[in-house]
Amino acid sequence: MTLNMVVEHLMIVCVAVIFTVLLGLPLGILAYINKKAGKVILWMVDILQTIPALALLGVIMIVFGAGKTTVIIGLVLYSLLPIVHNTYLGLTEVGPAIKDAAIGMGMSKLQRLIMVELPLAFPVIFTGIRIAAVTSIGVAVFGSFVGGGGLGSILYRGIHIQNMRLILSGTLALMVMAVVFDFGMSWIEKKMKTGMGYKN
Amino acid sequence: MIEFKNVTKKYDNDTILDDISFTVQDGEFVVFIGESGCGKTTTLRMINRLIKPNKGNIYINGKDIADEDPVKLRRSIGYVIQQIGLFPNMTIAQNISVVPKLLKYSKEKCDEIVHDLLEMVNLPFDEYAHKYPSELSGGQQQRIGVLRALAASPPIVLMDEPFGALDPITRASLQEDMKTLQKKLKKTIIFVTHDMDEALYLADRIVFMDGGEIVQMAEPDEMLANPANNLVKSFLGERVNNGHHLELKVKDIMRTKVVAVRKSRSVAQCIKIMANRSIDSLIIKNEDETYLGMVAISDCLTAPKNQSIESLVNRDCPIVCKEDDAKTCYDKLVESKQKYCVVLDEERKTVGIVTWATVARAIAGAVWGGDE
Ligand SMILES: Nc1ncnc2c1ncn2[C@@H]1O[C@H](COP(=O)(O)OP(=O)(O)OP(=O)(O)O)[C@@H](O)[C@H]1O
Ligand SMILES: [Mg+2]
Repeated sequence: MTLNMVVEHLMIVCVAVIFTVLLGLPLGILAYINKKAGKVILWMVDILQTIPALALLGVIMIVFGAGKTTVIIGLVLYSLLPIVHNTYLGLTEVGPAIKDAAIGMGMSKLQRLIMVELPLAFPVIFTGIRIAAVTSIGVAVFGSFVGGGGLGSILYRGIHIQNMRLILSGTLALMVMAVVFDFGMSWIEKKMKTGMGYKN
Repeated sequence: MIEFKNVTKKYDNDTILDDISFTVQDGEFVVFIGESGCGKTTTLRMINRLIKPNKGNIYINGKDIADEDPVKLRRSIGYVIQQIGLFPNMTIAQNISVVPKLLKYSKEKCDEIVHDLLEMVNLPFDEYAHKYPSELSGGQQQRIGVLRALAASPPIVLMDEPFGALDPITRASLQEDMKTLQKKLKKTIIFVTHDMDEALYLADRIVFMDGGEIVQMAEPDEMLANPANNLVKSFLGERVNNGHHLELKVKDIMRTKVVAVRKSRSVAQCIKIMANRSIDSLIIKNEDETYLGMVAISDCLTAPKNQSIESLVNRDCPIVCKEDDAKTCYDKLVESKQKYCVVLDEERKTVGIVTWATVARAIAGAVWGGDE
């Protein structure tokens, strides 16, 4: 195992999460704004999640060939659910009195979204991002099957040559990554909530 | 001027408002009252187009509001709701300046507005402006709710049971603030409540609704003298005029010899003053002579003697205006279980106090005659 592989793994996860946010956030907002589109969107991301990760990567590989692009696309599709879902949920759960006040003050739809609803939904959305990041670390292991590199190849090789030390070190590295991400992002989450004057 | 012309609202086949017409003059404080579900909120929310009528028209200054841009319309109308609805992600200052910002006022202008408004309700800017709503008490939050509605100086303010969720004492003090504010600002206010005391205290005119119709629209005195039907009468309860209505004002019964000291005095000085005059509490005033609060001797004795008295001030004592009905004192004393009411004039300066003894003397005078 080399540091290079850890970095590569992290890069894949980070790029995938960034793209998932860029795609998932607008989809979640759209689902909130338009109830009809919302039904379809939520249904689709749900379905995506039920496809086994390996199968999903296989299908994408047919189109994009082996390589990092395939892994990233796979990860994006696979982690859309928590982000889209939490965006939708966070926005829906903003209190009716607050929404009523926002409309009554004369905010346009967009102003309401930017000034009130998104800031209030953000902690929930961030939880979605955290879940997406942490699961992506695990799912990215399958990347090595489609030539994406990362820590998956260590595990794969370890299993192949029955080298317990290799398997364990790869697993440990993955676990440490997941835990660090989880803790780090939970900490940011808490900071944001207290920053907004929430009292827990 | 707000004008409803034959306004009807239906949900499916339920008629919620049935052909309602009324006019509210500029600067008038109109209170809507009635049983739950009679259509008060529906009426109010039509004015800023949160609800659309099925039939009829609503005019503001002669213009049909259906022809106006709802977003623009709402920015020109203040709106306060029972659930307060402050934005938890914004500080108090940001909350207050929401509408001014929507209207693209400059930053300096917004700051100035926040400053002036907080001043007006005695919440010091430095202490409160940068707090979040969750750090304030319910009463303080609703004060901010009212300020937010006033921030862009809208000529019309809609208030839907703004004080309904507050405890009686806080509610009373907000009602007072409201009355003082209204004297100063002269807004057109549409106010919904189901508390008759609140309606009688605040309203220039009361609109009594029942089952989606207006039963009576009258000034408080007129409603007390001639309630339109039994439902109105039952809402008014014992307050209905039986002929011998006493026109006694607070200023007629209050004690005018009061000791008030500035908040910069030390605890030791205050104890001395109280000892010299054999009194157990002192009125504390701000540097500009306006009323700040009270201190009790018991609090002074346990505090460091050279500290300034300001930190011991409590605001438990109910406040009445010298022009209020004398009965207000009695109600407030009963409600607050305090020993005094403090009487303020229009400039919030202390002009007297009313104690239980004062009230008893006034009642004795009224019952047995003779002068107090
Ligand atoms: N969206 C809606 N759909 C159907 N019925 C509604 C809707 N909104 C209000 N109503 C009905 O309209 C009637 C009047 O409601 P409104 O909120 O105006 O009453 P209110 O006088 O403000 O009562 P309260 O004192 O309880 O606030 C009620 O019977 C209510 O059930
Ligand atoms: Mg209501």
